[in-house]
Amino acid sequence: MRIVVLVKPVPDTTGQEHLGPDLRVDRVANPAVLNANDEYAIEAALKLREAAGEGTVTLLAMAPAHAPETLRKALAMGVDGGVLVTDPALEGADTLTTARVLAAALARLEYDLVLAGADTSDGGAGIVGAGVAALAGLPYLSAAARIEPNGGRVRVRRISPTGYDLLEAPLPALIVATQVLGEPRYPSLRGIMAARAKQLDVWSLADVGLDPAAVGGAQSTTRVTATRQPAAREATRVIRESAAVAAVQVVDFLAARRLI
Amino acid sequence: MAGAVWIVAEHHDGALTRISTETATLARQLGEAASAEVVGIVVGSGPGSAAAELARFVPSVLAVEAAAAANSAGAAVVASAVAELAAAEPPATILLGASPDGRDVAGMLSVLLGWGVLANATQVTWDGGPIVEMSTFGGRLFTTSGFTGEHGIVTVRLGATTAEPAAGAGHVIVAQPASAASLPTVSLLERVSEASAAVPIEEARVIVAGGRGVGSPEGFRIVESLAEALGGAVGATRAAVDAGWIPYSRQIGQTGKIVKPALYVALGISGAIQHKVGMQTANTIVAVNRDQDAPIAAFADLLVLGDLFEIVPALVAELHRRSA
Repeated sequence: MRIVVLVKPVPDTTGQEHLGPDLRVDRVANPAVLNANDEYAIEAALKLREAAGEGTVTLLAMAPAHAPETLRKALAMGVDGGVLVTDPALEGADTLTTARVLAAALARLEYDLVLAGADTSDGGAGIVGAGVAALAGLPYLSAAARIEPNGGRVRVRRISPTGYDLLEAPLPALIVATQVLGEPRYPSLRGIMAARAKQLDVWSLADVGLDPAAVGGAQSTTRVTATRQPAAREATRVIRESAAVAAVQVVDFLAARRLI
Repeated sequence: MAGAVWIVAEHHDGALTRISTETATLARQLGEAASAEVVGIVVGSGPGSAAAELARFVPSVLAVEAAAAANSAGAAVVASAVAELAAAEPPATILLGASPDGRDVAGMLSVLLGWGVLANATQVTWDGGPIVEMSTFGGRLFTTSGFTGEHGIVTVRLGATTAEPAAGAGHVIVAQPASAASLPTVSLLERVSEASAAVPIEEARVIVAGGRGVGSPEGFRIVESLAEALGGAVGATRAAVDAGWIPYSRQIGQTGKIVKPALYVALGISGAIQHKVGMQTANTIVAVNRDQDAPIAAFADLLVLGDLFEIVPALVAELHRRSA
């Protein structure tokens, strides 16, 4: 089984992330890590490859030119290789461009299955996977709690508000992973060594057949116009009493706010 | 007169979800501000009851009878039908809830129509087009954005507005998609309900959540007892879910659900940023924790210092005493 995993380097959630002068995420100054939800997709892909006993896992990312340092972690986890689409014209790209670029790159790869993470910790829109599936003409199965390939088809348990929906589609398909699929493995020392020899191809917009003038930051459909700090919450009231006294005070507090 | 505002509503078992009633209210308010037509859209197999409910919130509702929705996953069917309608008569703005279903449809609509998406709106106003406020970097900053073109899609976060029915009921028009879904459909083989997920936490007015400090699956009984006494739903942190104490459907935070209840009670939860992003906009936050230096001490309204296994039973007893 040939699996492509869509991944994104994101600013590390250190509490120090900030915007650049154009009010978009400053991707050069903020240290990047693999998006946490993408690691679940990588883990799911590795497990599927192991269960099948054959196949490849390839990562596909659209990111700035320095992204390979971040993507190496995925290679160290056991991903076989990857493609980075990077182009100066993509700086400030919106989700629509991201979906178009990833779909254009996918069209140049051979695969049976595409996996993506639920959303990213930076933009957090959670829509790129659906957009890529629509552009690539792939059946789309999201919120996957279980993935079971069987011949040319795949079954997915999609988490619903009250349980799950059992879905089935022919391959190739695009599946959005959740953490229920399993905790991402840590890279082993052997994996880290092996990652150095793995190939990470770097493609430009021209390489995926897109015109830099037609997509990218200059064509962004959205624009940030202002920022503000959130209003500070009122100071925390602290109760340090015996359980019985504390209980009375908490219930008084809730009653005063009409919460009971 | 500005271009129309559409709200694509989601529904489960014939009823609108909370996020859809809120987003429909927001659509009506934007329509009033923009002097624009507001249309609610419900796509499904037998969309009648959800469409009737939507007509309580917006003046005009299109109930799209899509037979395919009975036995296929919803997003491709909904997105195909809405894209077909939008291509015929493009609205200025399409609103959807920023829920798993809403996000799926928004992502597909964006590429089908070539329109941008502003995601996870915490507030939307109108100034020639939608002006969208979003929370970024785990709530440390709010950004305000607009579209560069004439059309756009906005996903709206839970609690961005309060659901309020309109003064008068709207009218419903039943329609059928002119053509079959343009996107590949996915077969829906079975819908499975799990008892533990009976009350989805997104819908709950009160949430009582447990974290690492709860210690065990048995410990969650004490969380449940308080949730029951307060008439709320049970939530959890990732640590508690990863430990297998409670199902993933209850997880709140960065890799779980984003909630905005009126009351959030955090039991044995430190309040790390990954959890905080999922619940920090709750109207009132009450925490029970042993550690006064835990991050949650900085953003709870009320912090009870002590052992949750002593405090929660006392709290449940006090609640019962007062309601008796």
